[in-house]
Amino acid sequence: MNGPKTTEALLYLDGVSVSFDGFKALNQLALLIAPGEMRAIVGPNGAGKTTMMDVITGKTRPDTGDVLFDGGQHDLTRLDEATIAELGIGRKFQKPTVFESHTVEDNLRLALKAPRSVFPTLTARRTAEEKARLDELFATVKLGSQRNTQAGGLSHGQKQWLEIGMLLAQDPALLLVDEPVAGMTDAETFETAELLKRINRTHSVVVVEHDMAFVRELGVKVTVLHEGSVLAEGTIDQVSADQRVVEVYLGR
Amino acid sequence: MKKLSLAIASLLLVLAALLTVPAGSAFAQTIEETIAKFATDRFPDTTRGVEEITRSGHPTALAIVEALGDNRLAYRRADRRVFVIGTDDKIRSAETGAVETDVDIDDLRRVRINNPIRQTIAAALGALRLGSSDPGQRRAAAEAIMQAREADQAPALEAALGREKDARVATAITQALAALRIVDTKQPESVRLAAIDTLADRGDREALVMLRSLPADAPAAIKQRAERAAAGVERHLSILSGVQNIFFGLSLGSVLLLAAIGLAITFGVMGIINMAHGEMVMLGAYTTFIVQEFLRANAPGLFDWSLLFALPLAFLVSGGVGIAIERTVIRFLYGRPLETLLATWGVSLALQQAVRTIFGSSNREVGNPAFMTGSFDLFGIALTWSRLWIVVFTVVVFACLLFVIRYTDYGLRMRAVVQNRAMAGSVGIRTNWIDALTFGLGSGIAGIAGVALSQIDNVSPNLGQGYIIDSFMVVVFGGVGSLWGTLVAALTLGIANKLLEPLAGAVLGKILILVFIILFIQKRPRGLFAQKGRTAES
Amino acid sequence: MIVQRLAGRLGISEIAFIAAVAGLAVLVPLANLTMPEGSLLHVSNATVVLFGKWMCYALLALSLDLVWGYCGILSLGHGAFFALGGYAMGMYLMRTIGTRGVYGNAILPDFMVFLNWKELPYTWYFFDWFGYSALMAMLVPGALAFVLGWFAFRSRVTGVYLSIITQAVTYALQLAFFRNDMGFGGNNGLTDFKDILGFQVQAQTTRATLFALSALALLGGFAAAKAIVSSKLGLVLIAIRDAETRTRFIGYRVEHYKLFVFVVSAVMAGIAGALYVPQVGIINPSEFSPANSIEAVIWVAVGGRGTLIGAALGAVLVNAAKTWLTAAIPTVWLFALGALFILVTLFLPRGIVGTFGSKLFGHRWSK
Repeated sequence: MNGPKTTEALLYLDGVSVSFDGFKALNQLALLIAPGEMRAIVGPNGAGKTTMMDVITGKTRPDTGDVLFDGGQHDLTRLDEATIAELGIGRKFQKPTVFESHTVEDNLRLALKAPRSVFPTLTARRTAEEKARLDELFATVKLGSQRNTQAGGLSHGQKQWLEIGMLLAQDPALLLVDEPVAGMTDAETFETAELLKRINRTHSVVVVEHDMAFVRELGVKVTVLHEGSVLAEGTIDQVSADQRVVEVYLGR
Repeated sequence: MKKLSLAIASLLLVLAALLTVPAGSAFAQTIEETIAKFATDRFPDTTRGVEEITRSGHPTALAIVEALGDNRLAYRRADRRVFVIGTDDKIRSAETGAVETDVDIDDLRRVRINNPIRQTIAAALGALRLGSSDPGQRRAAAEAIMQAREADQAPALEAALGREKDARVATAITQALAALRIVDTKQPESVRLAAIDTLADRGDREALVMLRSLPADAPAAIKQRAERAAAGVERHLSILSGVQNIFFGLSLGSVLLLAAIGLAITFGVMGIINMAHGEMVMLGAYTTFIVQEFLRANAPGLFDWSLLFALPLAFLVSGGVGIAIERTVIRFLYGRPLETLLATWGVSLALQQAVRTIFGSSNREVGNPAFMTGSFDLFGIALTWSRLWIVVFTVVVFACLLFVIRYTDYGLRMRAVVQNRAMAGSVGIRTNWIDALTFGLGSGIAGIAGVALSQIDNVSPNLGQGYIIDSFMVVVFGGVGSLWGTLVAALTLGIANKLLEPLAGAVLGKILILVFIILFIQKRPRGLFAQKGRTAES
Repeated sequence: MIVQRLAGRLGISEIAFIAAVAGLAVLVPLANLTMPEGSLLHVSNATVVLFGKWMCYALLALSLDLVWGYCGILSLGHGAFFALGGYAMGMYLMRTIGTRGVYGNAILPDFMVFLNWKELPYTWYFFDWFGYSALMAMLVPGALAFVLGWFAFRSRVTGVYLSIITQAVTYALQLAFFRNDMGFGGNNGLTDFKDILGFQVQAQTTRATLFALSALALLGGFAAAKAIVSSKLGLVLIAIRDAETRTRFIGYRVEHYKLFVFVVSAVMAGIAGALYVPQVGIINPSEFSPANSIEAVIWVAVGGRGTLIGAALGAVLVNAAKTWLTAAIPTVWLFALGALFILVTLFLPRGIVGTFGSKLFGHRWSK
């Protein structure tokens, strides 16, 4: 299945517009993410960050524009959420959503890369391989001691980490991470930045974040969204020096 | 056959009479002699009596023939005098019409009639009434002749037409004549063709039957013209019945809207699934019942105003019960719609049982005030006043509701709470009171609906159950949160239902509508007038 | 092997439940058939039928719990699946009446003769064969669930919308079955059954056997439900219940999972209905009434949704209360039922087993 355009990019957005009742949430948005890249997306409230994530993951259909994945191989505007997830795009929500009445381990088990259709799932059994993968994940997200706790009982920060762990369990080619450090302490924020950098060694990552200190910590290319389109792009120092970005953020 | 033998019998009797009665007096019969014929109480005499008195033009002729037909004509055996027993039980002289006070009803025998006499009476009444001074009676007489197709009344009709001044009566007589002439082979073809046109102008089912029932040996030209005319009448009738169905649909739609409109507030705007909504309607209907009982006992003169008293009361009763439910049950379940559904179902069971315990499970009699009774005719369509008033009433309720939500302070607050509860709270709106009031408003409107529905439906504890599923269907079909959507949905479903009914039958039509909505919701889960945007996402 | 795997997942309470139902399946028929009337240990015929009904209700509750308690689909139309299963069995029972009917027609059931029908409608073909009827008792509810679910889940009709749709479906079916020309006996439904597989329906031994079969069906349903909810698929179902969108973003096709569990559940409900009809001796359109379906929901809520034992227990408890109250103080029953709906949702949202189970049995909720 060849996409209409050929591109080297892992994720390719061009001319994407979405409107709700006349309000333009996205306006001719263009964005390129290279394979292996980590990108930070910043922008004030209502800039269209979450809508952009919705479009990429198939939750919202754009009115116009191209959304292509994996070198233009897949047209994401035609696929549903589950298919996009199976193609290798994982998403962490702004508000941490884990399966609260499941244990931490079951949360990760559900996310583990495995056949997703009904009957294989019905007959699935625990294997040694699965256990090894789980152990590895617990080591990464440091929730080993909470293994059999109900996820609903975790602290806010722990839930954020569990969700990142679930993302990793899916082993996606591209991770979309929405405000991963909201509500975290400084120490947790620092650790999360380190975690994301580690993840980025093997995965492409798009991070949406408000927290400028955190974005600086990541030290990656930054895209500034405003009113549904790209306002500026570059290193954190470049974009903070951009006059328009300053105006948008300070409301001048 | 029967008629023939009867005619022969009466001829023989006449001959016998001619032989016994001295010649000369037979042709100049007095009114007394004519009336005395009834006193023999023999069928041939009675028949002749009817015929003669009809021709006589005597002032009491109509009363006598009518009384005979109703079994109210009697005679006294002692002196063979004939009397009319009035519908008011007063006894009057047949000759003069004067009330006779010294006649004992026990001395009287009623003049018997049989089926042939009934036919004679019907024809006689036609002729007599054609001469009546009341235009309504003259018109009815022409209609009666037309329906009975009494060919021998043609001369009477012609005579009546000549002296008729009233245009509507003249039309009726012309049509009756046409009905007779169309099958009258003695008439020239041009007259029969004109008769066809007259009937075609009449354009109702009656005319259609006459146009279709020409004898097989009628000339081809007449047959053709009649066939064309019949087709035209049929077209006209089918358009009329379409219009009628649309009105019935509008009427049903407004009933649906009335029942659903409160739900559009509680479910559509607040997102509360109130399964006891139907019971709010039922409470409104029972409030009407209580108001009427009270008025019947204490102020019967005000009965025609009963609905006016019932409206605010029903609003208060149902609204009050609604607020009580919201405060005691629903407010603990916000954000848990499925639980709300179950709890309110429980409320509905309890309310039904409470009403059943108090009022009994049988239907309660709710009367229609004068302005709600009867029907009227609009271009040949019979419409009932109650249905029409409900359509009007629904429009008024809908408009009031729109006004309250759009233009009042309360409406502004309500919309604020619906859009952003936290923000509304922080600008000083008491959100929980707005919740209670809004739920009360929705329930109160259901109560008002109950007042209207009590006029056309059985008032029983199950009244609400009949509306709840339909109401939900209307709100969901129209699009949750959209009052206009509810309006369009209710009218669409009402009309669709009534248009389907003649094709598929009432029950199957309803099933088809349900299936259609179910499929529609699959296709557009958010209804006709869907709200778009991030806030509308689950 | 499946039994082994399953046995390993059972808690104490569940083993107790299985033992209790299995015990009833053996003891109630024994006490009915072998103990003399008047003996303390004797179970009357009426009680056997009553218990048999409860077993069927428990199975219905179990099926409802599977979709509602574990997957968050509040079906208000499960009574329709139950009734369809019942009608399939009822049709078999009607056809076996044969010439013993009032009109003595070998092929046509009495009501068709009464309606002056000349031929058996094609919907009634093969229903003289028990195997086919039993299959239909499962297939028809399953197929309805499949079609309904396929449309609804694919278009993401969820929550109360789905509830309302399922309610409308059962209401529409009720209207349809009321019609004489549907060919299912109209208002009166199907009744006056004579025998089942050659045994007299009214006979004491048949009734005892039917009770035992119902208890076994309940156990079978429990085993199937337990196997489903304790598998990885069970985890997915609960994940869908708690965070549907999230489940989708992990890559599970939510609609397929819902469809699977909805169909399985409908088949279970159909079996319950098929066992119910020969015991009560009648099936008519009132079984489709929306009130019936929603009453089944309250059984599950009372017992504890998301706990399989709770659902079964709730069905028996509520129906026992109903039997007692409608006999003792009939006017109070609907008040009590209404109050039950309100109080359980307000004060006992996890039901009896969900709330007290963990204290009594060390039972964990929703597992």
